[in-house]
Amino acid sequence: MEHIRTPKVENVRLVDRISSKKAALGTLYLTATHVIFVETAPDTRKETWILHSQIATIEKQATTATGCPLLIRCKNFQLLQLIIPQERDCHDVYISLIRLARPVKYEELYCFSFNPKLDREEREQGWMLIELSEEYKRMGLPNEYWQLSDVNREYRICDSYPTELYVPKSATAHIIVGSSKFRSRRRFPALSYYYKDNHASICRSSQPLSGFSARCLEDEQMLQAIRKANPGSDFLYVVDTRPKLNAMANRAAGKGYENEDNYSNIKFQFIGIENIHVMRNSLQKMLEVCELKSPSMSDFLWGLENSGWLRHIKAIMDAGIFIAKAVSEEGASVLVHCSDGWDRTAQVCSVASLLLEPHYRTLKGFMVLIEKDWISFGHKFTHRYGNLDGDPREISPVIDQFLECVWQLMEQFPCAFEFNERFLIHIQHHIYSCQFGNFLCNSQKERQELQIQERTYSLWAHLWKNRADYLNPLFRADHSQTRGVLHLPTAPCNFMYKTMVSKIPWKTQESECTDCDTVSRSSAVLCRFWNGMYNRFEKGLQPRQSVTDYLMAVKEETQQLEEELEALEERLEKIQKVQLNRTKVRSKQSEPSKHSGFSTSDNSAANTPQDYSGNVKSFPSRSPSQGDEDSALILTQDNLKSSDPDLSANSDQESGVEDLSCRSPSGGECVPSEDSGKDRDSDEAVFLTA
Amino acid sequence: MTWGDQALFIQRTPCCAEVPAWWVQLHAFSVQGLFGKNSEQLTNSSSGLELEGSVRGRRVESPTDNTEELWLLHSNIDAIDKRFVGPLGTIIIKCKDFRIIQLDIPGMEECLNIASSIEALSTLDSITLMYPFFYRPMFEVIEDGWHSFLPEQEFELYSSTISEWRLSYVNKEFSVCPSYPPAVIVPKAIDDDALRKVATFRHGGRFPVLSYYHKKNGMVIMRSGQPLTGTNGRRCKEDEKLINATLRAGKRGYIIDTRPLNIAQQARAKGGGFEQEAHYPQWRRIHKSIDRYHILQESLIKLVESCNDQTQNMDRWLSKLEASNWLTHIKEILTTACLAAQCLDREGASILIHGTEGTDSTLQVTSLAQIILEPRSRTIRGFEALIEREWLQAGHPFQQRCAQSAYCNSKQKWESPVFLLFLDCVWQILRQFPCSFEFNENFLIMLFEHAYASQFGTFLGNNESERCKLKLQQKTMSLWSWVNRPSELSKFTNPLFEANNLVIWPSVAPQSLQLWEGIFLRWNRSSKYLDEAYEEMVNIIEYNKELQAKVNLLRRQLAELETEDGVQESP
Repeated sequence: MEHIRTPKVENVRLVDRISSKKAALGTLYLTATHVIFVETAPDTRKETWILHSQIATIEKQATTATGCPLLIRCKNFQLLQLIIPQERDCHDVYISLIRLARPVKYEELYCFSFNPKLDREEREQGWMLIELSEEYKRMGLPNEYWQLSDVNREYRICDSYPTELYVPKSATAHIIVGSSKFRSRRRFPALSYYYKDNHASICRSSQPLSGFSARCLEDEQMLQAIRKANPGSDFLYVVDTRPKLNAMANRAAGKGYENEDNYSNIKFQFIGIENIHVMRNSLQKMLEVCELKSPSMSDFLWGLENSGWLRHIKAIMDAGIFIAKAVSEEGASVLVHCSDGWDRTAQVCSVASLLLEPHYRTLKGFMVLIEKDWISFGHKFTHRYGNLDGDPREISPVIDQFLECVWQLMEQFPCAFEFNERFLIHIQHHIYSCQFGNFLCNSQKERQELQIQERTYSLWAHLWKNRADYLNPLFRADHSQTRGVLHLPTAPCNFMYKTMVSKIPWKTQESECTDCDTVSRSSAVLCRFWNGMYNRFEKGLQPRQSVTDYLMAVKEETQQLEEELEALEERLEKIQKVQLNRTKVRSKQSEPSKHSGFSTSDNSAANTPQDYSGNVKSFPSRSPSQGDEDSALILTQDNLKSSDPDLSANSDQESGVEDLSCRSPSGGECVPSEDSGKDRDSDEAVFLTA
Repeated sequence: MTWGDQALFIQRTPCCAEVPAWWVQLHAFSVQGLFGKNSEQLTNSSSGLELEGSVRGRRVESPTDNTEELWLLHSNIDAIDKRFVGPLGTIIIKCKDFRIIQLDIPGMEECLNIASSIEALSTLDSITLMYPFFYRPMFEVIEDGWHSFLPEQEFELYSSTISEWRLSYVNKEFSVCPSYPPAVIVPKAIDDDALRKVATFRHGGRFPVLSYYHKKNGMVIMRSGQPLTGTNGRRCKEDEKLINATLRAGKRGYIIDTRPLNIAQQARAKGGGFEQEAHYPQWRRIHKSIDRYHILQESLIKLVESCNDQTQNMDRWLSKLEASNWLTHIKEILTTACLAAQCLDREGASILIHGTEGTDSTLQVTSLAQIILEPRSRTIRGFEALIEREWLQAGHPFQQRCAQSAYCNSKQKWESPVFLLFLDCVWQILRQFPCSFEFNENFLIMLFEHAYASQFGTFLGNNESERCKLKLQQKTMSLWSWVNRPSELSKFTNPLFEANNLVIWPSVAPQSLQLWEGIFLRWNRSSKYLDEAYEEMVNIIEYNKELQAKVNLLRRQLAELETEDGVQESP
């Protein structure tokens, strides 16, 4: 609290990013946890809540005649432009927020004060929802090849690894310890995923300390043990996810990569994924493109390309595809590493596992996957997502990229995932929100020391409780897409001359490039810009109706109908029986309850025209916007409240993380859109300038 | 499935000399062998190529179950390449729907024969030799599509509300404007003589006519050709009177010129021009810049080329997409349409839209504005009516524009994917409002296909006058006759549709616009998973409807039983 210089500023204007001429007047509050903007307009009193931990940057711009602009960029890609009348107030807000957005101690973070009113037992149960030991059991471990090792108990060998790790049965403690001394930060090869069907596995580690010529017998034995734990293959892939150049540069520092001559039967492969600094800059560039005011198509596409973002996403996906193919098709085990083995390695292992394992494509399985490959294996959440004041060079959107890879897959396999886009977006939100303890700290060891489980709540339990919101209506457990390995349609080589007659109109035929023996890659043309994530607070840029929400409503109604049908059948039977017995019993039941159709829940496709006039200067028509999205917003908020208290806590209505406003408008019931009557002012404006 | 690895046995190669042929027919026996991965099986299979000489339906019953046939209309062939490696000849057929087919043919002579036959057959000079004139439907015609959307009926829909407009037959003989239909809707206050005068003042005789009447506020969209002001600022009193007649007292209107100001000014040198403010004081002119002709054609060629080149990496793909400018055109067209709709609905002003001829960009804008404003045009019937009214009747020269597609080499000036751009824009809106359209993406794709190559006569000719001369109504079948049968309609119906009576405002921001994969990646990506998702969606909705019907039935039964009970009890 001592950091808040001014708790309240009045007559602040919140500028609408799309229509810069429209700004909402209101009051700005600074609290210990949130920045809150409350609109003055009596009919709406719309509130915008921003968690301090979401604030990425704060920028004070040059004072103008109207006031002092303050630009707040959030880690969940929200962008707030405030205009504060007095320069002094602005400065106070600015200084306060600078401090509030960068806490120095874990104890300052929101999760230590956040209280969802659950008792202790509920909290503990929440933390027990995802158990990694269960997951390894599900994989079929331990078995004759793999065993649980306690070599890292009390984090003796590696402080960024979990204590419970699976290693090949033939890898003795001596080998593991020896190998760990030959690996960066002692992150020795350990199992990430075991593919039951053919015994192949994905293991992970950090880079070897090979320098130019160093070798380590135990490390070589370790890799051999991994290879031998897979009787189906006589070689082991070692995938270095870095660009070759980076890996070579590491040799000068006594690190580097495996020399194929020293390790028996390995196939070594570089997959050039760039480092965290490149990724950070790339995201920065892409967000700049998103921030452009009315960009042309060329500005946008050029900027998107120039940012390199989709190229990086594709590189990660391609790495995942490569590994998944090696495991499922070649039956070979793969050891993955990068430098420290906690960023690119986590991305690639989890993408590969997701392709291989249907379980990870379910709600709970996805939580398990993040818990396993990210949380337990010491992905440095606090550093990467800047939860505490620290080195800005450590910050990088590593898990964001993973989430985007999942989204790209969801776009190509619409029925394969049990969860929907919203699930990914909410996870992203909470990685930065620090509202739950899951993603705090840089390793399990730190979490234990901080007693995270005793002092905070688990996000997984919260998401699970509201799982109805996160379901993909197209998912069906018995659908072919939900089973087995996801085979990405790989880019056909020599497309023009090999893929012919790819489809005959009356027979659906899948075009397949049969003799594609190059490293299969995802198709560049199918990598898309994730508008739903990076522009998710720009409602105007999102599709106005959501198929997902519509289908979810239909399914909900279907369920009600099923219940009603059953009840009706029962009653009918009863009555028929009664009649049969010629007993006259008047059914006292009232009229069947009118089921509430999904269409009634919401009408508003209420959307308003954008600024189509472009550069026609003399056509200033600012159409009425957001303000009119009445019912949609109310619904959005209600929904948020019921389903997701945390998000509603910072639910600025405009941001509407939920895109429920898009549910299909009901035919008869919808009110004709707000009409010309309302924008008389803009009408006049036009003619004035005419 | 690849044909390329496989030698094709030529069964017959009739010469094209006398009998025109319309189909290239490809047989592939032993589907498994041909499409499987096992090369041993491949050699065992036989396949054939046939240049069909007789008129047949599109789909032929297969003699055996494992026969795969591909029927390709000659008019669908955009370009054909041949090459030889030793005795093996290869023909690459590039279709107007962007598909590429490779045929490997043993024997140089045979290969050459086939190639030249296909070439000759796919470039017939005379329209009357085209397939639609020989096509006999194998389905029962329930409703003759040629009479489905008569101008009179369309006007009837309005007539209750619009008293200031009338149907004029001034162009009955196509003498006033060769590219207009016989019947057009004009202001009641303007008589036919005045119309004739106005026609001399507008490009191609295209005097301003009603395109759309906005029931909500009585405002209208009109379209026309450019005014022929020339360099010395010619004016035409009747023209001014005509368009002023559409304004209510004290109201103003907008003229949307789809060309940038400098192009419009240049047009004056060639006798064209734009409305001078001095002579049209009640109208405000807005210039937009929608590209035309070869610029669009080149854009399409570039786009299809980059879509086909899948060896590229991410960056090259995005640059090429950018360099094709296709999405820029989409954005520009949509923006102009939205602007028009906004003027009409939000500003409460009437609009006149024109470019140069008023047959291309003008129609894109008027028809898209209606999609945005008018719920009816988002239904299947309504959309068909829109195409009939705003494209066919309005004289979009389909024959010229769709003669060639993305693979053509000829640099003829009048080929241009104007209609495809329109369909793409509709798809963009459909994507943003997936529940507001009665039709689905397949409907749009089907229209694209038929505009370029069809067994139906609907898209033949450049205007009504030509269609009349060709006697299309008597000699060919209308596309609508085929489409509007329940069995076909079910393929094109959007299961998510719920009537939405609102105006729908799409986002035209670059982030909201996407490449239409259903068209441009159609032949080079597998749509299996997307098709499955679509099927799943249909199932979910069908099941819901089924349950609803069951529940309703039971409710009725119960109600009946209960009243019966009551009746029995009461005595």
